[in-house]
Amino acid sequence: MSILDAKVPAGPIEKKWSEHKDHIRLVNPANKRRIDVIVVGTGLAGASAAASLAELGYNVKSFCFQDSSRRAHSIAAQGGINAAKNYPNDGDSVYRLFYDTLKGGDYRSRESNTWRLAEVSANIIDQCVAQGVPFARDYGGLLDNRSFGGALVSRTFYARGQTGQQLLLGAYSALMRQVGKGKVKMYDRHEMQDLVVVDGKARGIIARNLITGELERHGAHAVLLCTGGYGNVFFLSTNAMGSNVTAAWKAHKRGAYMANPCYTQIHPTCIPVSGDHQSKLTLMSESLRNDGRIWVPKKLEDAKAIQEGRKKGSDIPEDERDYYLERRYPSFGNLVPRDVASRAAKERCDAGFGVNRTGEAVYLDFTSAIERYGKLEANVHHIDNPSPEKIRELGMKVVSEKYGNLFDMYENIVGENAYVHAMKIYPAVHYTMGGLWVDYNLQSTIPGMYVLGEANFSDHGANRLGASALMQGLADGYFILPYTIADQLSSEIRTGPIKTDTAPFDEAENAVRERTDRFFNTKGTEPVDHFHRRLGKVMWEKCGMARNAAGLKEGIAEIRKIREEFWANVRVPGKPNELNQELEKAGRVADFLELGELMCMDALERNESCGGHFREEFQTGEGEALRDDDNYAYVAAWEWKGDPGSEVMHKEELKFEALKLSQRSYK
Amino acid sequence: MARQGLFGSSLAKKYWMALTGLFLITFLVVHAGINAMIFFNDGGVTFNTWAHFMGTNLIIRTMELVLFAGLILHVVDGLMLWKQNRAARPQDYVFAKHNANSKWYSRSMGILGTLILLFLIVHLWHFWVKTRHIAGSMELYGVDAAGQENLFALMSDVFANPLVVVVYVLGCFSLFWHLMHGFKSAFQSLGLNHPRYNGAIAALGTAFSIVVPVLFASMPVSMYLGWIK
Amino acid sequence: MGNMKLTLKIWRQAGPDAKGAMVDYPVTDISEDMSFLEMLDVLNDKLVREGKEPIAFDHDCREGICGSCSLFIDGRPHGPSRHITTCQLHMRKFKDGDVIHVEPWRAGSFPVIKDLVVDRGAFDRIQAAGGFVSVNTMGNLVDANAQPIAKQDSDKAFDAAACIGCGACVAACPNSSAMLFVAAKVSQYALLPQGRPEAKSRALNMVEQMDKEGFGNCSNIGACEMECPKDISLENIARLNREYLGAEWTKE
Repeated sequence: MSILDAKVPAGPIEKKWSEHKDHIRLVNPANKRRIDVIVVGTGLAGASAAASLAELGYNVKSFCFQDSSRRAHSIAAQGGINAAKNYPNDGDSVYRLFYDTLKGGDYRSRESNTWRLAEVSANIIDQCVAQGVPFARDYGGLLDNRSFGGALVSRTFYARGQTGQQLLLGAYSALMRQVGKGKVKMYDRHEMQDLVVVDGKARGIIARNLITGELERHGAHAVLLCTGGYGNVFFLSTNAMGSNVTAAWKAHKRGAYMANPCYTQIHPTCIPVSGDHQSKLTLMSESLRNDGRIWVPKKLEDAKAIQEGRKKGSDIPEDERDYYLERRYPSFGNLVPRDVASRAAKERCDAGFGVNRTGEAVYLDFTSAIERYGKLEANVHHIDNPSPEKIRELGMKVVSEKYGNLFDMYENIVGENAYVHAMKIYPAVHYTMGGLWVDYNLQSTIPGMYVLGEANFSDHGANRLGASALMQGLADGYFILPYTIADQLSSEIRTGPIKTDTAPFDEAENAVRERTDRFFNTKGTEPVDHFHRRLGKVMWEKCGMARNAAGLKEGIAEIRKIREEFWANVRVPGKPNELNQELEKAGRVADFLELGELMCMDALERNESCGGHFREEFQTGEGEALRDDDNYAYVAAWEWKGDPGSEVMHKEELKFEALKLSQRSYK
Repeated sequence: MARQGLFGSSLAKKYWMALTGLFLITFLVVHAGINAMIFFNDGGVTFNTWAHFMGTNLIIRTMELVLFAGLILHVVDGLMLWKQNRAARPQDYVFAKHNANSKWYSRSMGILGTLILLFLIVHLWHFWVKTRHIAGSMELYGVDAAGQENLFALMSDVFANPLVVVVYVLGCFSLFWHLMHGFKSAFQSLGLNHPRYNGAIAALGTAFSIVVPVLFASMPVSMYLGWIK
Repeated sequence: MGNMKLTLKIWRQAGPDAKGAMVDYPVTDISEDMSFLEMLDVLNDKLVREGKEPIAFDHDCREGICGSCSLFIDGRPHGPSRHITTCQLHMRKFKDGDVIHVEPWRAGSFPVIKDLVVDRGAFDRIQAAGGFVSVNTMGNLVDANAQPIAKQDSDKAFDAAACIGCGACVAACPNSSAMLFVAAKVSQYALLPQGRPEAKSRALNMVEQMDKEGFGNCSNIGACEMECPKDISLENIARLNREYLGAEWTKE
């Protein structure tokens, strides 16, 4: 028996959650006023949890490092949010959403959690509509759905290309309502620096006021980490510049296990890197794959000519183009899940078929879609024998209505009109399925500390499906945690306020102070970004889309070296007691430098390929991921042992009762 | 200062600005209409008839009080807006390209309004104070062909001075720019904005801003040049 | 590496109470593929290496949606291009040899914290005063499709809801008015049936808070609409004017 108890309720899978809810201990309303909860992060999970807990009557302190809680990176999600509403009557159900999510995650998620996610998904849409979220509607005034990223049904609700923004602003408005009522005290421009554990329980945090630099102590009966993913360990990712692992990593060092850290999602449709100055990568919504066709030239010499600028994509005749996704996966075509699409792009580019200067790009071409829509429109408008130009004009209008903002964004960044020249895309780090280990109640291995949203590991297994991140964030915050947290808080009603003048707070604050001093005392020559870039390069090359044992071992050695150099030669200018953005970066990069090693260790330990984790040694004859269910159907949860690299792995065996494991196939 | 309710809030100030502005616009219509009687070129008889009516009718005289109240409200409200808006940006930009995003006259309503106010003081002194408040000042001008008090003659006299004509034309110019923004802005302030009618309101506003000041300006100019006798 | 040479004139201010000034920074080797913020990254990298204080500026998502970035570039909020944020501005919009002024948003209600970083907390406080629908989290609400909403209204609500709260409207307005921001929020809810029950109190409370924060008064200049990266229309301000007038008139 593992030391990890997931506390999954007994009973048939479709009854687990409702039975569990019926038997959770409750806190009476008068007593809720005596309980303080800290929520770190104000993305979908954090804002919705903070608002819901305040509505229930708890006293909430909410923290974010941004200048306003409205700016958390959930806001950047474009495509949509899944829910098993079955409005289009195309056969969707809780079971199908559960099935797709579990299968999409390559059977590496906890079955009970995934079911629960599908089960509460419909409530999310009801809640958001009630809050005034302007989802897309059809002419009858009802909600519109679209199909998205590898699903065979239309279950994705959306608000143009800004679904994340609208959902986040909905949660933010609920949060602000509680701030106005005084039930939530908001601490923006504050960054959590450490978790305080008292007698084995999470009892508070040390936060740095980013304006004054002051270290503040905040006590509470429970701490929620809703701090998002750690994709920025790769330096270049679609994450916001400030997205970081610090809160989660500090909690890890205080006893929370880190689960499946190597599961990283590489999104197939991002704007390629343009040069060394690049600070981040921009995602182009996955919805583009509904109409765009992905290709590279069939002939190597054509690819060479394009790379050297001697030819353009439009110079390649139709029969010399390799629509490799359609070729390899005839049934899903361009709509295969993200991990599959990304790897296929890498495979072609590695073979020399890339279509930009660096050879790291493939075409996403809308010519066929423009023609198809153009003909349809001509029919609708009763235009007989339309000229090809007319068809193109009509088709471009349709494409522009659907994706105009994305085409504009592309033109802004790349300086090229994608209606004329096929878009160039390449995969980029986007999401991290791994995260802090939590049980069915979303509680970590530190009692009193809960982890929600992307920061936890639970629901997506080794690969997340499109439009499921928003679903999980809001499910955790609105509909799961507010129930499950009561179980523990019901025993806290006599505890009284948590004092912060105690030894554990002293110790934690001193630790933060010492580390800060160390940054300034190093007085090296290289700025923080220098080390971050190097780390990112190692991570991308050794622990990116494809990994192998030798590379991972090299990666670990290289990361250790960069870490040593960082601590010997980093330069952090300015002072600790002021707004100091270099100091903020230094703290984040120092933690990435430790996390990176653990990610490599985790990837090295997992001798199979699954979802976003592709080990080159483990693939089928056709180059597809080869899972090893007999030996690796478990969650790898790593325990900190005092030093990076010395972590110990614990296993949570994954049991599948509702579904039979099968090889994932999108052919 | 309380900034709340239908008198103090920033929106209330807009409503008052708009309402008084529209009221002053209706006054301009009446004023321009009656003054345009001089263009009958009948020695001012028609004009003087109407002027006499306006100067003696009880309802009109009462409305004159309302007009002054409206004007004062418009001015005071405007000054308050100007003061608060200045205070809202204690440190100005070192380098700003305002013309890239807005019209200079929209940004200069306070100055344009002040110019109009200065002009109004001159204008009131020329006509309103003399005719209504200085006893016997009109006797100098005798009566017209119909035997009426001859305001027309007073006009001819005032506009014989080229400097005065210039001041009046400049006043009309200020009014033109003031109206170019003010007319449609009043509708927007009152929430009267609809994609279907916005174009019409803007066109009407521009037409009004041109027609009325041009009409006004043409009066001193025509009299000075002797086109009207 | 690129080969553009530029002269930046950047506002430096050590802290909220410090006196600020424009400081000249020549930059070289700028590529036209860089974003404006990446160009500032290059400058900051250089400053740190020279042992100088890097320039503080707000930024986060760098894809035009979080609303963090906030620079007044070359005399305009978010720079010379329309409908984009500073982070989406790329150097190909500038020429070799250009002199570019960079200043923070300037408004009494957005005090400078340091260099180009300002405090936009006023927007949060306005939102907390009424920018929400008072609905608790509930497990068994009515079905989302129980109440159809005309597509036209829903689309307009979305247009208003697209606001990213960056503050460019305030920065652009010669009066430092926050009306476009407030109007966008009020409009989003006013156009949806879910928001109607609280429409009156929302308009009154949000405007009251806006005034308390010390923003200037809207005089329909229209600079906000022109500079808004999300193209929020003045129509929303007219709607707020209507909503507020109706609310004041009929409040009890």
